[in-house]
Amino acid sequence: MIEIVDTGPLNTIQDLGRPGYRDIGVTASGAMDPLALKIANLLVGNDQGAAAIEVQTFPFRLRLRETTVFAVTGGANAKIDGVVLPPWWTQTCDAGQVLELLPSPLAARAYVAFAGGVDVPIVMGSRSTSLRGAFGGIEGRALQKGDTLLLGEPIATVLPADGLGVVPPASALAEFFPVAADNTLLIRALPAGEHDLFGADGERFWSQSWKISSQSDRTGYRLSGEPVRPTAPVEMRSYGIVPGVVQVPPGGEPIVQMSDANTAGGYPKIAGVLDADLWRLGQARIGSRLRFVRSSHAEARTLDKVIAAYVEDVRNTAQMVGRALETMAGPKPAVRKGKNQ
Amino acid sequence: MTSPMPQPTDRSSNALGTPARIASALQREVQISTIGARAFLLEAPGDFDLPAQRRIWALAHALRHWDNLSEIVPGMTNLLAILKTTPEDPDAVIARLRDAWQRAESIDIKGKTIEIGVHYGGEHAIDLAALCDRSGLTDREAVRIHHEGTYTVFALGSAPGFGYLHGLDPRIHMPRKTVPSLKMAKGCVTIGGMQTGVAMLTGPNGWNSIGFADLQMFDPTAAVPAIMAPGDTVRFLPERIEL
Repeated sequence: MIEIVDTGPLNTIQDLGRPGYRDIGVTASGAMDPLALKIANLLVGNDQGAAAIEVQTFPFRLRLRETTVFAVTGGANAKIDGVVLPPWWTQTCDAGQVLELLPSPLAARAYVAFAGGVDVPIVMGSRSTSLRGAFGGIEGRALQKGDTLLLGEPIATVLPADGLGVVPPASALAEFFPVAADNTLLIRALPAGEHDLFGADGERFWSQSWKISSQSDRTGYRLSGEPVRPTAPVEMRSYGIVPGVVQVPPGGEPIVQMSDANTAGGYPKIAGVLDADLWRLGQARIGSRLRFVRSSHAEARTLDKVIAAYVEDVRNTAQMVGRALETMAGPKPAVRKGKNQ
Repeated sequence: MTSPMPQPTDRSSNALGTPARIASALQREVQISTIGARAFLLEAPGDFDLPAQRRIWALAHALRHWDNLSEIVPGMTNLLAILKTTPEDPDAVIARLRDAWQRAESIDIKGKTIEIGVHYGGEHAIDLAALCDRSGLTDREAVRIHHEGTYTVFALGSAPGFGYLHGLDPRIHMPRKTVPSLKMAKGCVTIGGMQTGVAMLTGPNGWNSIGFADLQMFDPTAAVPAIMAPGDTVRFLPERIEL
């Protein structure tokens, strides 16, 4: 069991979301950075889609009520009882220790996974919190100071005494996920249905950089910049949307829908971000800049493979380290089960 | 949570005042575009009407047998097909969708009939006066026209369990508001363009409220969470008229 000691607003329990219900109006929700969530889970020996805590407002503090294997990935400066943890790190902590997360200048959201996963009821196939629908997670709401969270039964995990870390994907995969020299994030996208109705503005959409405005959250990001408008007003019939769709409301400043996006929309859509770049968008901070780069299905497939290989690599390494330590420990391995030990 | 995001769905559902677009839509072929690398949107040609929607339902039915499909999201005379993985040949997916559309024959879903008791007028009917101004009808006439209608659930979307209802009498069509109500109550009976519906969540809403229905329409813990389904028939029963 863990106890939330201190939290900002809008920190929630998330897993990989509840796809499959868009046709009844239910948004998928799920981690804004699904890659960081998967890695945090693999590090603690969980299924990659187990529920974890998504922290996007800081400071955030939790107390472990028992010996627990946990991992922190994504964007945060983490400390255990005041001792700084390396980034993207897993280790075992004892009952009573306090994990503190402070913001990172590099990325917007942190994921804290625990061996066994956060055990809240499954609603429509997922433990993700849907704030708008007011279900999932803890009673459909954000975490509050004083909340206690039960953990599931952990799979036996063996860790090096000092813990174990991975190279974050932004570094490990830097050649595939470029950032411009001026730190502008380069986000790959494909033109969407109404792109050509924007005429010359459609080209400017790609060439100019956009700032992520303060009116941005898990629902979507509003971008600030020189407006782009279709050459004639466009009225659409409501159509299904997915995270990553870039829509342009009448004001001309685009909106990128994110994890808690509505299931249907009606603004003209100018582009759609590749799934492979959504995790980076999920980590983009308010006030930072991005530029859209016209991509292709071929590039999307390459990036999908690169990400899958990275995840597999972490999975294999975590298992290999565990096996090696078990072997070294001899016939009676010092298995830390995380719970009740 | 108060989201800074607008509600584009509401805006889109206002098909009033767009005759040019609808006219051109009549002449064009089915259109297929992409949203990102994995989602394909098929838009039916022609009018925003029941025959077009019936063919979308038929298409949705046919696509259930595709193996690389993650989700099928029927919209308003359109359909979003979300694949499990990025396709190697997107043109082949488009060709296959086009082919499935050509083969799709209209299906008439034998849906259930849902009767919704409505308290017309009163504190939640914040836009009834504006509807009367626009239509030239008395409030009594506007309410009568609304509850005498028979509606078809075209699609669900926007909010959990929200059904877009088709069949609104043109005399009480009313464009969505340019400035949405910031906190319209769950249960408000609303008109958005040529559609009507019952608000599922309390929050910003650009549709026009003329009454209130106290009915649980969505339960995330139920085996079938949404009461409405595409093809269902909806009737509004005037439980109380407060004018």
